[in-house]
Amino acid sequence: MGYSGFKVIAQGLLGNKGWTPAWRDAAPKTEYDAIIIGGGGHGLSTAYYLAKNHGMTNIAVLEKGYLGSGNVGRNTTIVRANYYMPGNSEFYSHSLKLWEKLETELNYNVMHSQRGQLLLAHSDGQRDSFARRGNAILNQGDDAELWTREQVRDFAPYLDFEQTRFPIYGGLMQWRAGTARHDAVAWGYARAADQRGVDLIQNCEVTGIDIEGGRVVGVQTTRGPIRAKKVGMVAAGRSGQVAAMAGMRLPIESHVMQAFVTEGLKPVVDSVISFGMGHFYISQSDKGGLVFGGDLDFYASYAARGNLPMIEHVMEAGMTLMPMIGRAKILRIWGGIMDMTPDGSPIIDKTHIEGLFVDAGWNYGGFKAVPASGWCMAHLMATGETHEVASRFRLDRFRTGHLLDEEGTGSQHNLH
Amino acid sequence: MRIHCPLCGTRDRREFYYYGSDDYLRRPEPGAAIEAWDDHLHLRDNPAGVTRDIWYHETGCAQWLRVTRNTVTHDVLATELVAMIKDKSKGAAT
Repeated sequence: MGYSGFKVIAQGLLGNKGWTPAWRDAAPKTEYDAIIIGGGGHGLSTAYYLAKNHGMTNIAVLEKGYLGSGNVGRNTTIVRANYYMPGNSEFYSHSLKLWEKLETELNYNVMHSQRGQLLLAHSDGQRDSFARRGNAILNQGDDAELWTREQVRDFAPYLDFEQTRFPIYGGLMQWRAGTARHDAVAWGYARAADQRGVDLIQNCEVTGIDIEGGRVVGVQTTRGPIRAKKVGMVAAGRSGQVAAMAGMRLPIESHVMQAFVTEGLKPVVDSVISFGMGHFYISQSDKGGLVFGGDLDFYASYAARGNLPMIEHVMEAGMTLMPMIGRAKILRIWGGIMDMTPDGSPIIDKTHIEGLFVDAGWNYGGFKAVPASGWCMAHLMATGETHEVASRFRLDRFRTGHLLDEEGTGSQHNLH
Repeated sequence: MRIHCPLCGTRDRREFYYYGSDDYLRRPEPGAAIEAWDDHLHLRDNPAGVTRDIWYHETGCAQWLRVTRNTVTHDVLATELVAMIKDKSKGAAT
């Protein structure tokens, strides 16, 4: 069923009785051409682009819970393409271009809103580094504006410009950045993949990966064995457990990162504002809630809930940046399990096992990458070749020394 | 989360700095193969359940600890001073 404004009105008049499920509740077949382990944003977009770009429709997505039950519904929904390093820059640029036509392509309202993202600078050195980063973004073909302190003040007068620890010196604005409705991205890809014949199999946990003579032949699941010559592991925070079934250790450690939302307020924060020095970033949802997040909890965890010291730290950072936030009440707090790599950049690559592919290590930046990650993973699984915009996301780059350390903080899982 | 320091007693998590998995204790010989160094520095079991990792009691006794804890429940099961672990290639303290 296609969606349109006309359908919404017509169905409203008819009591909304004509809507049909957005996707089939598929049962697993005994064999597919390809299997994707993980029904989150990246897994669903991989399935969609396998079907659309490569004509592979005899494929299945296996999800142990319900579709989109992981990090794609547990993030702060920021979409941007303001990376500096070659390797990251072209990839996120490609992703943002896919975002810009996503709703038309999927026939689904993902509420993508290009409201801009402002990075704040708090020293001459940081402002200089933003000038350099802005130039890199412009060279990539994306947009960036270096703002003076006065421009920042005109745009966001409620920030505390006079604070002694982190006075605001200026900022780097990207207008094409913004936010999107996170659940809708998973649902939109799921529906579009289903329409192209992909089987989306929920409540189907993979319990083993079958390997014979160095090549993958299928998987064992809680709903029986399924054969396939190509298997993609797209399991985000759970990547370590999935890879262990293939006897692999990944360069990934899972950490919790928390996010917060306040009660609904009148419009006040127009764009995404990132206060890097305080590890704090904030936007306002269409419902009016202030959505903000901080840094990792800094130790390996699968608890999907955070610790109080980091909550305190995030609140302090919020108060430092915009003292008015102290009047808002927190409604919800949640934690997502982040697949942290030692350099803070992701992995889209083959493994040493023929037919087994891995898409993981999205750290805390996976949401904006959903379209391009699926695009590149599908390209890799269908053709066996690494896509040109993901050519540096190699699994072995830590061993070979080709790190992509965007933050320059060092090769340790909890430092990014 | 509270961590029991063998020297200082049970203290708030904020007193400790987390370094990473106890893979960091199993340092290869200088001439070891690159794969051994990759194992030591980057590759992780990353278990959902009981794990052993290295913490530094930064605002306490300044000792490095090996903490056995559960990554799902955040229960801290055991702690020991790294300095007291004689054979770091083995899982258990001696």
